[in-house]
Amino acid sequence: MNGEATRLGASGGGLAELRQSVAGHGAERTFRAICLLALLLPLLLLATVIVDAVADGAARLGWGFLTSFPSRHADKAGFLPALVGSGALMVLTAAIAIPLGIGAAVYLEEYAKRGRMTALIEMNISNLAGVPSIIYGLLGLELFVRVMDLGRSLIAGAATLALLVLPMVIMASREALRTVPNSLREASLALGGDRWQTIRKVVLPMSMPGILTGIILSIARAVGETAPLVTIGALTYVAFLPDSIGSAFTAMPIQIFNWISRPQADFHANAAAGIVVLLAFMLVLNGVAIWLRLRLQRRLEW
Amino acid sequence: MLALFAAVSLLTTVGIIAVLIFETAGFFREVSFREFFGSTEWTPLFAKPTFGIWALVSGTALTSFIAILTALPLGLLAAIYLSEFAKDRVRKTLKPLMEVLAGIPTVVYGYFALTFVTPLLQKLIPGLAGFNALGAGIVMGIMILPIIASLSEDAIFAVPRSLREGALALGGTKLSTVFRVVLPSAFSGIGAAVILGVSRAIGETMIVAIAAGQQPRFTLDPRVPIETMTAYIVQVSLGDTPSGTLAYRTIFAVGMTLFVFTLVLNMVAHRLRKRILGGAAR
Repeated sequence: MNGEATRLGASGGGLAELRQSVAGHGAERTFRAICLLALLLPLLLLATVIVDAVADGAARLGWGFLTSFPSRHADKAGFLPALVGSGALMVLTAAIAIPLGIGAAVYLEEYAKRGRMTALIEMNISNLAGVPSIIYGLLGLELFVRVMDLGRSLIAGAATLALLVLPMVIMASREALRTVPNSLREASLALGGDRWQTIRKVVLPMSMPGILTGIILSIARAVGETAPLVTIGALTYVAFLPDSIGSAFTAMPIQIFNWISRPQADFHANAAAGIVVLLAFMLVLNGVAIWLRLRLQRRLEW
Repeated sequence: MLALFAAVSLLTTVGIIAVLIFETAGFFREVSFREFFGSTEWTPLFAKPTFGIWALVSGTALTSFIAILTALPLGLLAAIYLSEFAKDRVRKTLKPLMEVLAGIPTVVYGYFALTFVTPLLQKLIPGLAGFNALGAGIVMGIMILPIIASLSEDAIFAVPRSLREGALALGGTKLSTVFRVVLPSAFSGIGAAVILGVSRAIGETMIVAIAAGQQPRFTLDPRVPIETMTAYIVQVSLGDTPSGTLAYRTIFAVGMTLFVFTLVLNMVAHRLRKRILGGAAR
């Protein structure tokens, strides 16, 4: 604005100049509107994705859908094994990824000396975060399913997903550990606490909401993953519930994929209903994460 | 003890590379390099199989190109709006909302591409097949849009204020400032965003497995069914392929190709980003 005024003043306010400036202003407004449109269009598409799934799946959504087993008849087919499978996968993945992720983050932030080794680990973690998820599937297939002979089991799936989300868990946990002010660590050490006590009683409790937020978001991502589970060979038709960690399984995205792949439109309605359940599940997880983050912000304002 | 936990991430990388190399080596004992890199036919399940990776690479390249074509203009304009025009509060609300797009499970996007976008496109483009690269590519573009917008916005935001003020003081309009000063200054950061977006698109699996078809074809025609590298891995995994067979090893050879592509792209992007982060403080 100021620039324009100066320019007009300097040129004595020639009419041509003025017109050009006004035109420029008009162009600016047009451009601004285009930019805003580019920002709103994806949000509109997001709404379309959700509304489309709800519209297609609404007729199938119901108690029967959630409590039935898959079937050759689309209108009788249910989501139960997929729901249970995803729930079990989630718990097992968390059980593997949380200790590993927090442990690695605590090591990198609190113990490790800055050096070649930590630089290597850091670079490695950021590289791993960019590896396509299907490659983790190949790793899981060879390492867990074949070499360790776990078969196409829940535990093989969970171990694969845990490796997949580990970089995210580590990065989020480190971020959270870094928000704990050093003065608190020093205070704890000055009171005679050793390093481990300081971490366990001061640093971890302080950073826990942040760490939990990161973990929940990572687990939410794992719940939505399809490709690695397909690759390790999760079953697409499961008419039983998993009874142990060595049991064969299916999961929500796998069941949805199976229904989409069928030519009959009736099964597409099932897929849409499954999508609504999956999205609701992720919405709840993300809601919890946001709630935790807000809580964290409140607690750190002192 | 804790160091062991940190070492798991290193072991993961070692594991990925070891597994890919081991099975790919087995693959190349039976199939020549010349065939793999020299042929454009990918017919591994035929009685007389041919293993020409270019049929799958072209599918991947085509869908990724369409995705970038969709995501780059939209993402860049959105980034410009967020950093140059939006008020702080608007920016803080819309940016996370946009990132929700990146969190939607890809199987959901696949459904959207197959049952919503493709039928819509078929009304506009007669002769568009039910499975095609176009619909899948466009939806993939929606998926990577938040990455491109978010990283471009970081790069644009990192352009020092003094440069903008300099341009305005020299009599530039807001538009010329954005196009002649801000965007060129943010170029390497935007480049990094695009490369990371491409890398994500190349590795994306479910959208193309669901909506782009499973017909390996060396073509740049976006209207016909194709098959990407990732979709091939899914296709084989869905069947019950015993380990040790050539068919089993093909998915690792394809996975290796995919891994190398994404690794190179990620490293280039990392370099570019390091350059801007070193240059401008944020």
